[in-house]
Amino acid sequence: MSDVVIAGYARSPFHPAYRGALAKVRPDDLAANTILGLIERTGVKAEDIEDVLMGCAFPEGEQGFNIARLVVLLADLPLSIGGMTMNRFCGSSMSAVHYAAGQIAMGAGEVFIAAGVESMSRVPMTGFNPMPNPELAKRSAAYIGMGDTAENVAKKYELSRESQEAFALTSQKKAGEAIQKGSFKDEIVPYTLPDGTVIDTDGTPRPETTAEGLAGLKLSFDENGTVTAGTASPLTDGSAAVLVCSADYAAKNGLKVMAKVKSVAISGCAPEVMGLGPVESSKKALSRAGLSINDIDIVELNEAFSSQSLACIGDLGIKEERINLDGGAIAIGHPLGATGARIVGKAASLLQREGKKYALATQCIGGGQGIATILETA
Amino acid sequence: MADANMADKGIKKVCVIGAGTMGAGIAAQIANAGVPVLLLDIVPKDGDNRSAIAEGAVAKMLKTEPAPFMSKRAAKLVETGNIEDDLGKVAECDWVVEAIIERLDIKQNLYAKLEEVRTEGTAVSSNTSTIPLEQLTDGRSDAFKRGFLITHFFNPPRYMRLIELVAGPRTNPETLEMVRTFVDRKLGKTPVDAEDSPGFIANRIGTFWIQQAVNSAFDMGMTVEEVDEIGGKPMGVPKTGIFGLIDLIGIDLMPHLMKSLTSTLPKDDWYQKIARSEPLIEQMIESGYTGRKGKGGFYTMEKGEGGKRTKMAKDLKSGEYRAAARPGLVRGSAAKGDLGTLISIEGKVGEYAWAVLGPTLSYSASIVPEATATVVGVDDAMKLGYNWRYGPFEMIDKIGAAKLVERLEADNMPVPQILKMAGDRTFYRIENGKRQYLGSDGEYHDIVRPEGVLLLEDIKLASEPIMKNGSAALWDIGDGVVALEFTGKMNALDEQVMKLIQKAIPVVKKDYKAFVVYNEGSNFSAGANLGLAMFALNIAAWSEVEKLVKGGQDAYKALKYAPFPVVSAPAGMALGGGCEICLNSDAIQAHAETYIGLVECGVGIIPGWGGCGEFISRWEENPRHPDGPMPAVSKAFETISTATVAKSAANAQELGFLRPDDGITMNRDRLLYDAKQRALAMADGYTAPEKPEYRLPGPSGKAALDLAVESFHKQGKATDHDVTVSGELAYVLTGGDTDITEVVTEADMLKLEREAFMRLVRNPKSQARVEHMLETGKPLRN
Repeated sequence: MSDVVIAGYARSPFHPAYRGALAKVRPDDLAANTILGLIERTGVKAEDIEDVLMGCAFPEGEQGFNIARLVVLLADLPLSIGGMTMNRFCGSSMSAVHYAAGQIAMGAGEVFIAAGVESMSRVPMTGFNPMPNPELAKRSAAYIGMGDTAENVAKKYELSRESQEAFALTSQKKAGEAIQKGSFKDEIVPYTLPDGTVIDTDGTPRPETTAEGLAGLKLSFDENGTVTAGTASPLTDGSAAVLVCSADYAAKNGLKVMAKVKSVAISGCAPEVMGLGPVESSKKALSRAGLSINDIDIVELNEAFSSQSLACIGDLGIKEERINLDGGAIAIGHPLGATGARIVGKAASLLQREGKKYALATQCIGGGQGIATILETA
Repeated sequence: MADANMADKGIKKVCVIGAGTMGAGIAAQIANAGVPVLLLDIVPKDGDNRSAIAEGAVAKMLKTEPAPFMSKRAAKLVETGNIEDDLGKVAECDWVVEAIIERLDIKQNLYAKLEEVRTEGTAVSSNTSTIPLEQLTDGRSDAFKRGFLITHFFNPPRYMRLIELVAGPRTNPETLEMVRTFVDRKLGKTPVDAEDSPGFIANRIGTFWIQQAVNSAFDMGMTVEEVDEIGGKPMGVPKTGIFGLIDLIGIDLMPHLMKSLTSTLPKDDWYQKIARSEPLIEQMIESGYTGRKGKGGFYTMEKGEGGKRTKMAKDLKSGEYRAAARPGLVRGSAAKGDLGTLISIEGKVGEYAWAVLGPTLSYSASIVPEATATVVGVDDAMKLGYNWRYGPFEMIDKIGAAKLVERLEADNMPVPQILKMAGDRTFYRIENGKRQYLGSDGEYHDIVRPEGVLLLEDIKLASEPIMKNGSAALWDIGDGVVALEFTGKMNALDEQVMKLIQKAIPVVKKDYKAFVVYNEGSNFSAGANLGLAMFALNIAAWSEVEKLVKGGQDAYKALKYAPFPVVSAPAGMALGGGCEICLNSDAIQAHAETYIGLVECGVGIIPGWGGCGEFISRWEENPRHPDGPMPAVSKAFETISTATVAKSAANAQELGFLRPDDGITMNRDRLLYDAKQRALAMADGYTAPEKPEYRLPGPSGKAALDLAVESFHKQGKATDHDVTVSGELAYVLTGGDTDITEVVTEADMLKLEREAFMRLVRNPKSQARVEHMLETGKPLRN
């Protein structure tokens, strides 16, 4: 059986919801543009693609119908390509990678695009018609707000506001340096607005952030809490995509292999501390790969919040210098459905850039889940 | 001629030059009218952005309170630029307003440049408050002079209704009319024609009045509180009085006003004799005590122990602050506008009142017709430009012109010709149901309202109501239209109002075509009469309370389904039940300054007169809103649970209180006419609306709203009782125990509303909120 490899990664610029440059862009248009960019950059033959998998956390409104298939049609890709929308909230597009890897492993296709998209400007978090099951809402924290979970984790791990802000500041600094070095240039597919404006950089990072500025922000979720907008990932518009294929196919077609998929895992936890999801899922993935955390050179940990990031880093024993080298979601943003593809793709490209062997991409998921992917240099 | 028919052509785009407080504020008001405006200022000395000044002014206005803009949409209509790069764009504008620094040479310089870029027919006006028109246009071509006039706005331009118009001898009458029509209909201002004389009308009288009041205060050893108490409400002046007003406009402005008037008024003008500065005031300005914008003024708020704020007042003798007193000097009729009695009170109250009013009224009378043709112009200027309740000549009528003359003569003060001419007559009278004023020719003339102005005030002079009771009246406003007027205190709504509505319906059905809800109070209605409600609560008369709720629902719905169109025409506050009558109408024609909202949750209850269902319907009808059972409910919940009040009619449209096709009238005096026309337009072939049917989410939707409230509670934004009240509101708005497959009727909604209302009024915490509101006028956060 052939190895499964990541042979390409691209994403749209990430912009803050409502006030950012992509607020007026339909998510299907944005995703189609990103996928076309990925196909062009990797040189994959479009007709070879088996399926386009599209992660999306609130697949309704402009993200509704079956956005994956619609994006195939929007991008004028061959009609032979399938399309499936996948939802595991923030873990959606990482699940798309996992699904593609599974299909390849069982011989059900050779080339897949695992993508994700979320316009948090145009489809609100919780969707247009949130209608929770009243009974479940009473007896469980199934529908708990994400900010509340961040507060719960902060309390449970006794994380001070200062420590969370220091983490956020580092994320902003790293992103700022990455922008300076042009480290995002290769991954961003520019988007051209109807008026001709070309959007080719992120609007989310705030490298000018200072400790004083963060300390001055109001508490966002609990008047007696520690979490602010500065220590949470911003609502973001964006899309991302990775090319997942068999190692044989990549070799036969001369595709540049970035990394191979070593192991994957899903785990569940209590909804009220959903931010701890990465701990268990990462442990499972490590064990399946026969590795320990110390073997991992590169970690892409989705920064939904500073508090949950710090808790996971502590529990897993991740070395600080290995985490989110170009900054994380607190700076870059977190378009729910797109983040999984972004961090898998980013981890693969960092393995190459840094010349390292193993990478872990992991994230927490609303409702109480974790998801993890371990990559090995090809 | 190219100038012909300009009034018809109208003004489609305006340029305002000068982005200071006035210029920027004028630009904002033009944008509020939905008209694109170009705002220019000079290029700043440093920095890369050549339009930074104008851009900065717009950015600042977006944060200013009270807000110059009525909506965010309006702010987008302002294009910014600078006079070096963008003056050419003036060619696209129909009117250019100059509001730059008060320096003749700089203004003349700008006009020379404008002359080159302006199109023939474009009006150019100056917002100068001091420089004569003749000097401004010196050296300009005849064509420029034909297009030139002075348009003097008052600060802040959105809120002050006065605009003084000064035309020169060569100003084209059609240009004047074009601008007059625009400032009246589009900007909502009341134009008063002034002559080209120093200070025009309002500032000339206003400056004299303030100077005289301050002089007398120092001369007579009065305290600032005494001065403001005597010189405020009893004279019909806003409660800031004299010193409070100076604090508001800025103490440092005083020497500027004085300098400009003393330099332009003739040497023998009375103002020249009273113009003087006080060492204490000079010292205050020097040390930064310039009023509310500075470190403090004649009043200041001092923070004491525990953050308690105490109002302090300046002692005019020692110059020190001390706790402000409430002298309580004026009582009885003298406290309520009986000026004759006020100036006759023995002792310092009467003496001070006379010391201010005698000279001020004499001076005001002396400027007719030099500064403006009629007494009406003077009165309008002071009422609209200084918010006086009575104009100087209305004050003179209260005292009696003859009595005033007598006392002026006794005190050796000047007696202007017009006062002598009036003799025993009043300056205003009612003749054959019409209000008339005394002209300089010694004859009475009708006060003629401009076309499109209809006032209940005038209708009342000429007719009796069709029906009335203690809380409401129904008037025939002509052409088969009636107007329902609320007449209770604060236009509060009670059982009587509902009874009158029910009684009116068959009468209107039989004899009239359309129905307008309108009144001329400062506020349309502050909502249900809470005092009465509290009384019923105190004696636990639950059935009475429920009767009141049911009575209101029945009356409003009867009006909604009556066989004639109903148009509500709110202005000022339209809260709670006042908002609900608007929501139950076929259309709303709102004054631009309408502050509408369903504020019931603030007093621990929910809208009970059909507001819940009507507000959901409005969001459901909105084509820009996503489908499904939740979006309209969520919007309604968000707005009602937070007791959100719109900050303007435009904002009310954004919030969903007004439908996209509801009308907005900029000029308060044109509101009734517009509402009447709107109602008449619907009268032919009118059919009552069909009853709405709602598809509501039921308990699942309530679960979602409850989760949101829980989160607000955690954030400290919702109190414990807010959670209870919001829970009841959520229950009603989501349709109670309905299922998404079921239809909720209007009757179901009213029942849900009534029952939730009754549960809440029985809650002691809601009762505490009502009581607190009645006692303090502020919401209780329990």
